[in-house]
Amino acid sequence: MVVAAAAWEIPGVRTLDLAFRDPGQGFVFEPGQFTMLCLPGIGECAISIASDPGGGPSRAPRADAPTLLSHTFRAVGNVTHPLARLVAGDEVVVRGPFGSAWPLETLRNRDVVIAAGGLGLASMRSAILHLLRHRAAYRSVTILHGAKHPGELLFTADYQAWREAGATILTIVDRPADDRPATSAMSEACVAPVAWAAPAAVGCGGASWSGPVGFVPALLDTLDLSPRDTSILCCGPEPMMKAVVARASDRGIAAHDIWISMERNMACAAGFCGLCQFGPAFVCRDGPVFRHDRIAPFLAVAGL
Amino acid sequence: MNDGVLAAAAHQPGSWHRLARRDLQHLIDVLVEAGHRVVGPQVADGAIVLRDLAHADDLPHGWLDEQDGGSYRLRHDPGAGPFDHVVGPHSLKNFLFPPRDTLQRWVRVAGSWQEQAIPRDEPPLAVIGARACDLQALAVQDAIFIRADYADPAYAARRDRLVVVAVNCRRAAATCFCHSMQCGPAVTHSFDLALTDPAEGAAGDAFAVEVGSERGAGLLAEVARRTTVGALDDEAIAAARRVPRDLESRMHARSVEPGQPRPRSLDTEGIRDLLFDSLAHPRWDEVATRCLSCTNCTLVCPTCFCHSVGEVADLSGDHVDRDRRWASCFEIDHGRMHGGNARPTTASRYRQWLTHKLAGWIDQFGTSGCTGCGRCITWCPVGIDITEEVAAIRASSAPDGQPAAGHEPSPSPPDAPP
Repeated sequence: MVVAAAAWEIPGVRTLDLAFRDPGQGFVFEPGQFTMLCLPGIGECAISIASDPGGGPSRAPRADAPTLLSHTFRAVGNVTHPLARLVAGDEVVVRGPFGSAWPLETLRNRDVVIAAGGLGLASMRSAILHLLRHRAAYRSVTILHGAKHPGELLFTADYQAWREAGATILTIVDRPADDRPATSAMSEACVAPVAWAAPAAVGCGGASWSGPVGFVPALLDTLDLSPRDTSILCCGPEPMMKAVVARASDRGIAAHDIWISMERNMACAAGFCGLCQFGPAFVCRDGPVFRHDRIAPFLAVAGL
Repeated sequence: MNDGVLAAAAHQPGSWHRLARRDLQHLIDVLVEAGHRVVGPQVADGAIVLRDLAHADDLPHGWLDEQDGGSYRLRHDPGAGPFDHVVGPHSLKNFLFPPRDTLQRWVRVAGSWQEQAIPRDEPPLAVIGARACDLQALAVQDAIFIRADYADPAYAARRDRLVVVAVNCRRAAATCFCHSMQCGPAVTHSFDLALTDPAEGAAGDAFAVEVGSERGAGLLAEVARRTTVGALDDEAIAAARRVPRDLESRMHARSVEPGQPRPRSLDTEGIRDLLFDSLAHPRWDEVATRCLSCTNCTLVCPTCFCHSVGEVADLSGDHVDRDRRWASCFEIDHGRMHGGNARPTTASRYRQWLTHKLAGWIDQFGTSGCTGCGRCITWCPVGIDITEEVAAIRASSAPDGQPAAGHEPSPSPPDAPP
């Protein structure tokens, strides 16, 4: 595929909009699925599709099949750094789509809560766009997004459009300012030049953050939930997901109404390489989206 | 009428025949002349390994192997027949799923990447001397690499043309426990021809040959054009069938003898739930004090399939092979992610290996990943023994004879937020 557009979302987090080299090669995917992005000679990595399955990655959803696939990822490794350096016109080899999807059809007429920690929101953007395009089919759509600090909140430029489309969006940060020495200075230096604009919707400096400080589960506490009618879709770091699951359970939401998206390293995405095993599951094939009750015993064990 | 067709019909699958030991060379010749790469057991580097075999004389006549935890020794025994040894470090995996394989080839032409077909022109493989545990491992790897949704082209191409000349074991090493895994020692499936040496040691002058496939029937018919392939009467067939059955009985009856290696067995009753209910068992930390994370067990395991994929480019960067290489769950990189390592300790890595092999595999492929070949015990430099580890977990997981946490693993409370 060819990079149609590339943009920095926040420092170190890049979005690539990919167009099929031959428009006839387009494929259908479901929100939650991922592709393997490959740069021959450099390597391959698994990245969630962040665009609307029913439209292009443009902010205006379209009804036809996607002609563009959007991927949002953080430049952290041997493959994602070079991927982040790509600009419009560059080529990427794409395999996919792979894996399980968010069960959006089965959630109709329910209250859907999206709980996203950090870059987890990227893998849920596809589901958000789908939910909002079919907003009338769902009782409510609530997006809970937590980040380390206000400058790390993702897709803030989309929030107004998402709210207008019927979503409730709540954000929270670990700390109101990016006042710690950058631990990933190396990774951010590697993707220079970084051209990005401070998100307008929230303040980036500590003084201007007026929202809540804490973690995503705390946002769950602020919701007036009807537990039987609520399904939670969660993606983020594992400790964050475990905490969300625990808080959701406290609120009376059944384990089979909680879905989480797992992450593991992968070399094949087809159940051959064995790298992504999680208990008896292959994250690439049985996941990445799992119903919580099906993996709860394994999620509770460290080091699986 | 074509004599070959008539002869092949006479050697149809399920039939038994007599092949003089000295005529094994004809079988090798037939395979080689049909374009096969023939591999078989030979003595090399102090072990019996699988390598290219041109002459039946190169088989390990007069050699026996003695195996125990962390120990493999060859012993010269003039009375030993060519297949009286057990299994060495190699298995069919080394050839069908080789340690390094090219998956994709990319060439950049005028700035644009084009995928090129990889020539699959290697000769078909014929393996002489595969044992029942090897054939079970073959079936296990088939289930991994040849699936309805995806088939691995390189594996499938080799597997499709593979010729298996199996051998029924007469002996078992102390490390062998195929009887526990219920896949041996009798050869029952996935073979083209199966050889049984009905007589002890070097005394036998002929093999009983069972035909397992049309391909095997054709091969034997071709051998019959060059030498006498005799008939076997019912009594002789029954005697040949008894060889592995008698060994299986002996394996079940083995007991610990003073001064002898402990004969292995593995209780597989409810093993999936036993292990998944024991993920927090202290034994994982205990075994980690001995385990070197060296990966030997996964390298010699005939079913371990984990691999990594790496890019190999030429200096221009315009020609790239994507190569698959064996990986191991004991490598630090296996669980590495950008945010940390999913399995950062030796305890977690050993637990991954053992629970995958004996429990997760059942969920994934409907069968155990263990064939009881015992290679992981023999080739572990510190003699860690999969049967002993399972027994230790079983002994202390269910003191009251009941599963530790019911049949479904019970979740423990998730971690609190930081």
